[in-house]
Amino acid sequence: MRQFQGRVVSPGKLTAKALVSHGGLNTLASFQKALQFGDKKATCGDQNNPDLYGKQMAGKALCLPRTIGSTTGGLVLYCACSMGRQPACLLFSEPIDSLAAAGAVLSDVWLEGEHTSMPVVDSLGEEFLDFVQDGMTINVLSDGVVQVI
Amino acid sequence: MSVKMKLTAEQQAILDGSQGETLAKVMETLVRYGELFGADSMAPVTSQYNHLVTSFGLKALGPVYDLMDKLIAEGAASKQPFSADPRPVDKNVPSSFLQDFVFRNFMYTKQDFYEDQLSKLGLMDRDAFTCACYLDQVGNTPKEGDVLSWSESSAVVYANSVLGARCNRNSGIIDLMGSVVGHVPYFGLLTDEGRKATWIVEVKTTKKPEAQLLGSAIGMKVMEDVPYLVGLDRWLGTLDDAARTYLKDFGAATASNGAVGLYHVEGITPEAVRQGRELVAEDAQVYVVDDAELQRVYDSYPVMWKDKGARPKLCFMGCPHMSLEQLTTWTERVEQGLRDSGRKKVAIPTVFTAAPAVIEQFQATPYGERLKKTGVVLSYICPLMYMNNPLSGKMPVITSSNKLRTYTTARYYTDDEILVQITKGGD
Repeated sequence: MRQFQGRVVSPGKLTAKALVSHGGLNTLASFQKALQFGDKKATCGDQNNPDLYGKQMAGKALCLPRTIGSTTGGLVLYCACSMGRQPACLLFSEPIDSLAAAGAVLSDVWLEGEHTSMPVVDSLGEEFLDFVQDGMTINVLSDGVVQVI
Repeated sequence: MSVKMKLTAEQQAILDGSQGETLAKVMETLVRYGELFGADSMAPVTSQYNHLVTSFGLKALGPVYDLMDKLIAEGAASKQPFSADPRPVDKNVPSSFLQDFVFRNFMYTKQDFYEDQLSKLGLMDRDAFTCACYLDQVGNTPKEGDVLSWSESSAVVYANSVLGARCNRNSGIIDLMGSVVGHVPYFGLLTDEGRKATWIVEVKTTKKPEAQLLGSAIGMKVMEDVPYLVGLDRWLGTLDDAARTYLKDFGAATASNGAVGLYHVEGITPEAVRQGRELVAEDAQVYVVDDAELQRVYDSYPVMWKDKGARPKLCFMGCPHMSLEQLTTWTERVEQGLRDSGRKKVAIPTVFTAAPAVIEQFQATPYGERLKKTGVVLSYICPLMYMNNPLSGKMPVITSSNKLRTYTTARYYTDDEILVQITKGGD
């Protein structure tokens, strides 16, 4: 087990299985099926992301460096949370980018109910992404500590 | 909530609920968003107009429309009129029966409803739908130094770089919220420090580099950093209409292939003209772009078509929307290409996209009729929204837009290659 310290962007405690993207998450391309075509598992539709393409994102601890792509990114995350099709949490190795930050804050401020929750931790460091692998168990604690088992 | 940011008495009052719960939440959103980036205050938005990225009435964006309804119900309209990104559907653009069915019955069923919401919230004109809102014909052109609450990555990077305005790469919804309270968090590209270049890009090509290719190379290299370009002025000359068009397409590629929000071009863009290399941070990295580097980047693009040898079924030009100068130049190029190949009409269904106001002005010139004779369709559509579904995604579509390539299955070709494809047979 290894432990990483990050910064709490949106609070919350949880345990989930890891899903790892070493490249940036193109939010619009990735969540297209979840939002437009009723895919409750949020299967990643970004063909340019070999780590995530075709994999279920809903309910997973999504580990990534940052998000990239369209400035619709924040509202796409907001919609995914509202529909209960979001990852269990977002864990960023880098400081959060403005689009993911918008999605995290919008969801936390404007949505209510357990099913819309999406804790977010950033600044976990490059070592975090080097270490974590798909399927590992992730514990997110309330103070920005992330345990990888 | 506990606030680290220094708010004015008015901002604090809004946060405390003096103007209702909805506006308090708008202020909370902006404060929390800004504090994540170390903002210690809010800056007044000074531009005449805002620009929003969300222009499409996708059924799937129900939660966004609900939020908009809350703003409308509380009278929380935008303090500025705004333009928005292009409409997603245009019957003039070639599409199959099935595509039409999906567009109308599954995807964009909320278009009229959403456009009505936008009108209530402050849309500047019923046809103010374009990603190139800063063009003269559209009229949403910020002044140098203006603070903006825009989104749409290609518009933000143009406003920052070519116009010298100040704007962060805001997300949809955040864009509108800045306009509703009239303030945005002060951080990043709003600050002098945030506008310093951390990369020097030396352009050492033997001919004028393809704008979309150069932008892609730089975007993928520097990601969200600020590059200072040396050597491009040799190819651009002065900041005339042609150079502005070039920088429009270049910037869109930097913003979509990476996450660039601002670039400086030595001798060309306003801050670089005035401050020169004082804009470059001390420890800036260097990236050299020569012919071989551009070729390497071009060769790295994956072809997403199932049948990689398929004959193209559609060509899109204009992501971001084309300028008047570009439409005129391309009319002449297509005409010449058709003359050279002995054809009267383009060989592949081809769509040029532009802002409604640009189309109107273009069609009032003789060039409008000339382009029509070549068979090219002129449309206000957003090619991205056309492509963003499995049906269109399976079509072999070609484009000279590196933004469209990045977000969809469209295949990228240079301008010269596109011209050959559409005028000489598409093989």
